[in-house]
Amino acid sequence: MTMDSMPTRGRKRRRNGGVGPGLRDFPTFKAVSYLVFVFLYLPLVVVVAYSFNSNRVVSVWRGFTFSWYSEVLGNDDIQRALFNSLRIGVVATIVSVVLATGLAIGLLTMARAGRTFAWTLIGAPLIIPEIVFAIGTLALFVQSRIPLGVNAITLAHIAFCVPFALLPIRARLRGVDPAVYEAAADLGAGEFTIFRRMTLPLLAPGIVAGALLAFIISLDDFIVSYFLAGPGGTTLPVYIFGMIRNAVTPGVNALSTLMLVASILIVSLSYLLARKRR
Amino acid sequence: MCLTSTISEEPLDASAPALSVRDVTKTFQTPEGGQISALDSVSLDIADGSFMVLLGPSGCGKTTLLRCIAGLESPDSGRIDLRGQRIDNMPVWRRRVNTVFQSYALFPHMTVAQNIAFGLQMDKVPGDIIKRKVGESLDMVHLSGLGSRKPSQLSGGQQQRVALARALAKEPEVLLLDEPLSALDLKLRRGMQSELKRLQRETSITFVLVTHDQDEAMAMGDQVAVFNDGRIVQVGEPREVYLRPCSRFVADFIGEANVLTGALDTYGLVIESVGFVPRDRLMPDTQAALGQVHVAVRPENVSLQLDPVGSAKIIDVSYVGGDMRVEAVAAASGTAVNAAVSIVSRVPSQGVQPPRIGDRVSVSFAEGSLTVVAD
Repeated sequence: MTMDSMPTRGRKRRRNGGVGPGLRDFPTFKAVSYLVFVFLYLPLVVVVAYSFNSNRVVSVWRGFTFSWYSEVLGNDDIQRALFNSLRIGVVATIVSVVLATGLAIGLLTMARAGRTFAWTLIGAPLIIPEIVFAIGTLALFVQSRIPLGVNAITLAHIAFCVPFALLPIRARLRGVDPAVYEAAADLGAGEFTIFRRMTLPLLAPGIVAGALLAFIISLDDFIVSYFLAGPGGTTLPVYIFGMIRNAVTPGVNALSTLMLVASILIVSLSYLLARKRR
Repeated sequence: MCLTSTISEEPLDASAPALSVRDVTKTFQTPEGGQISALDSVSLDIADGSFMVLLGPSGCGKTTLLRCIAGLESPDSGRIDLRGQRIDNMPVWRRRVNTVFQSYALFPHMTVAQNIAFGLQMDKVPGDIIKRKVGESLDMVHLSGLGSRKPSQLSGGQQQRVALARALAKEPEVLLLDEPLSALDLKLRRGMQSELKRLQRETSITFVLVTHDQDEAMAMGDQVAVFNDGRIVQVGEPREVYLRPCSRFVADFIGEANVLTGALDTYGLVIESVGFVPRDRLMPDTQAALGQVHVAVRPENVSLQLDPVGSAKIIDVSYVGGDMRVEAVAAASGTAVNAAVSIVSRVPSQGVQPPRIGDRVSVSFAEGSLTVVAD
């Protein structure tokens, strides 16, 4: 497929993907779509709105304030939890992306039948219940006497971040004409040069998108982190869960809003990078 | 040179060939576990500075041979020599041959200039020389000023030129072209054909081009090697291959041909359903054993004259360009219908009274126009 044929295909898809004229006569479905959006985003709106509520009682609005943000950001426990989350996230991201990149390229050299099986096996963690993975990891770590805490969480995060990091990398790898590598070899490049000057730059947008995805998955993870936290391994989501066990305070709302904003920023960045250079 | 004949009619070239392929065999495993013989003991000499076209239907092995020369496939057996040096056991990046890929395979993350510079960088050519050579290459393919574009910002024809410039910039001993024009539309393709010929003349680099398009092969090649089922069935100048096809396959694949069956004796040929054809209608140096033979004759060497007692009847008349293509069926009286022979004639349509369907005609052939072919 040549590069210049792609915009044409995109246009065609949009034109045919639109709703046919017949379906425009069903206004009910429009209402349903609006309802879905309200249903999806109302909880988020509540969290964000009440994070600015000056009343200590969460559900009663009294006035606008930023004080919860300064209180949250000044809290030593929260800072520690945030530091844990970031440390786990960064390490898990780097390791899982390196593994995913190697895996994606390595699987290309496998025979077709084995490759399909391997892809299925790799993708399975995306759909198996996280609680099962969490219990399994906990049992494994306890039996093999791996101490719970930040390092245990990091290990587990690396494991479940790999399939997520793999998704955009694999998509990118599939989009590259294999003749490009042959052309590079034909022009005199050895294996390492091809990897450095063709494979890596061509995969780069996928690798960055995969890294951001892995980071967000690690940062947002609660179940696995909760099971493996142990003493001193409290991450931000685990801390927030602890906060609301007693009562939902506006501080929880402020913290949640901060996490929400961070997530949106990272996901948007990942999306933009994935779109770039298409 | 007919590969079926034992005597080589071509004078041996004094200089060694640029590329020599000897008994190259390559078998592929199919996913189902079967085996496909892509190349079956193929031998070919390609003269220095010539334009060789490998022609054949898809799946005939021509691209596999090109990839074996490039080093992208390794032959199971046989040897390939480039200017007397054995290359079939050399890694791709060490061979002094370069390829223009069917998909162009431009590096999408690099500019046009960077694409062309890549091969020179691999040779550790100094930067200022690279810069000069990139400029020259762009001029050569008429893309001056587009060096800073990305491949995706170019048209298909321009991408094709970049692929050419990139491969030629390394000044290879042999340039391999894998169906380079197949993605272009007809008009652009004609232009690129003469462009490629010009580049080949100017650089005097040996070109080896793979195509399934016989018009393209005829238009471009100094020599044409016709492939079928993993074997080379005939090698020769386009005109020679056209006029003297070795086999029924070559006659049918290149242009249109009438392939007829007859009995050869010292006086001439008796063609089934058509009748006696004097010996001088055969190619002058025909050396075929007497007895049953197959002969090929091009439509332009067949004439059909109105003749109320002729052996053939016209069944179709159509216009092809400025020519009139007339199809007739010959069936000797008394023979079964399935012995009927179809004969196609092609004559300039100007100033000729067009024959009507159903007219009876007699068939005759131009002097020296029939060539004996293998079945």
